[in-house]
Amino acid sequence: MDALRNPTNILSAIVIGLCAIVPFAAPAVGEPFYVIVFARIMIWAIAAVSLNLIMGYGGMISFGHAVYLGVGGYTIGILAFHGVTSAWIQWPLAIGACALISLIFGAISLRTRGVYFIMITLALAQMIFFLSVSAERYGSDDGLNILTRSDFGVEFYDLNHKLTMYYTIFAVLVASVFVSWRLVNSRFGLVMRGAKSNDTRVQAVGVSTYLYRLSAFVIAGVMCGIAGLLQANLENFVSPDMMDWRRSGELIFMVVLGGMSTLFGPVTGAFVFLMLSEVLASITHHWHIIFGPFLVLVVLFARGGIAGLLTPRSARE
Amino acid sequence: MDYVLLTEQFLNGFQLGIILFLMAAGLTLVFGIMDLVNLSHGSMFMIGAFVGGTLALVTGSFIFGVILMIPAMLVIGIVVERISLQTLYARDHLDQVLATFGLILFFNEAVRLIWGPEGLVVPLPDFVDGSVALGAGITYPVYRIVIIVLGLLVALGLYLLVSRTRIGMLIRAGASNRAMAGALGVNIPMLFSVVFGIGAVLAGLAGLIITPITAAQIGMGEDVLILAFVVIVIGGIGSIRGAFIASILTGVIDTMGRSFLDVFLLLFLPENAAESAGPALSSMLIYVLMAAILFFRPQGLFPPKGA
Repeated sequence: MDALRNPTNILSAIVIGLCAIVPFAAPAVGEPFYVIVFARIMIWAIAAVSLNLIMGYGGMISFGHAVYLGVGGYTIGILAFHGVTSAWIQWPLAIGACALISLIFGAISLRTRGVYFIMITLALAQMIFFLSVSAERYGSDDGLNILTRSDFGVEFYDLNHKLTMYYTIFAVLVASVFVSWRLVNSRFGLVMRGAKSNDTRVQAVGVSTYLYRLSAFVIAGVMCGIAGLLQANLENFVSPDMMDWRRSGELIFMVVLGGMSTLFGPVTGAFVFLMLSEVLASITHHWHIIFGPFLVLVVLFARGGIAGLLTPRSARE
Repeated sequence: MDYVLLTEQFLNGFQLGIILFLMAAGLTLVFGIMDLVNLSHGSMFMIGAFVGGTLALVTGSFIFGVILMIPAMLVIGIVVERISLQTLYARDHLDQVLATFGLILFFNEAVRLIWGPEGLVVPLPDFVDGSVALGAGITYPVYRIVIIVLGLLVALGLYLLVSRTRIGMLIRAGASNRAMAGALGVNIPMLFSVVFGIGAVLAGLAGLIITPITAAQIGMGEDVLILAFVVIVIGGIGSIRGAFIASILTGVIDTMGRSFLDVFLLLFLPENAAESAGPALSSMLIYVLMAAILFFRPQGLFPPKGA
């Protein structure tokens, strides 16, 4: 167990623990607003965890990952718009839509490497973005209000209940970290990590990496889609802004900030990113003028992110 | 189908293609030679529009604005390259994407601070205001013709610069083998700065000449940047010729798709379905084109030789 007791994991435990008690702690200290802030942070954390799975462990730098937030969210929104509110229909369809789209996008973009991959994932995401902008029926730029949250049809599990909503998100976050942990340490994860460091060599051993990479891409897309369907339910609203390319850039930054290829890095990254934006935005309206250079500095001088800073030099790979 | 409208839209698409080419040429040069993914190229488009637009308003002449913008963007481009990008050459693409993403946030906010959130309106110069008859019942705005001609001249100049001059030779040498060119005494950091400066000027020019039509806005370069990415992916990264052909192709297909796809869909879809599917499909058209091209040629249409 000693291997688990390092500063990175302690920080992660604090963040996760904080998320767990916020619904009770925040009203107690007179800041009930923080419940919704933490719910939002956790949703971004789920998306960041999913991106880390392919980017951190698989070396696939997807610059269009936010599109799955949008696809998951819009599936809920469009179904609700047409009067289908049952979660038993909405959620499987949202997951299916994300799986299908990530399968198609993955199949196309994984034929390429490096910078082509970055640009293609970006361009494909833009395609869905413009599709949502041109969908007048579903609100175009203005977005789509969702009048009713997903309905599970049972009395004791109602997403309109604040705590139920919050702890659903929390449970999904914990589950997504658990799933990445299991995946990364499985044979599947071994192939994925191998393909990241030397694809040719893994293929030479006789493993067709394409299907492994594609599966990872789809798993990450679905995981991010679940974050999207939670976001749609939490905000009662979806808009093209959810899958703006800047959101994809921010997701990448969250992963790098927290520490790429670490299990909890994306969670702390999302937490620090969103808290910092919140704080900076309260200081000045023009907070991007500080945030932009901050981003550059992190890239230039703190490559391992927060996890890297907390890991003693001797313990690094 | 109305051939007057068809010609007009074709020219509009061609003009969009020219703008895309000015962006993509710099992007593909910077990528081909320095192996740098530069998102802040979109900011150069915007800064060119704001700086050039201001110069035009101050001097009272759009032409002076354009002429003065060129050295201004050259300096801005070189300063940005020297201060923030030089350390990124040795880094992987992820670091480059993130750092230049940070630069975009910074430049957008800086422009908002300097020029305010409303943007900048630059009037169309008088002598190009109005339309000209092209014959066969087609009239077309003079200014858009000026853009097309200017763009073609720049493309020709760029071609001559790269293929016929000493600096072009150095650029090609740097692109095909950076280490070898450096070993033979080419000042590589200097070459990079110059190429980056040229790219910034081209992007700034694209931003400025489009400003009388669209007005200068914060973040105006980003959509163009992403389209330019599509262009260089289709054309083959590092290839100017590929960038030119892919720009025109993308511009024409995108514009024609937006105007005629719903008419085309009417041929085999009921009216209301065609009207709702038309705009949605046409906004996806060029991305579908890109996906199709990549499916058959993952390196783009014109992959540079030796890469």
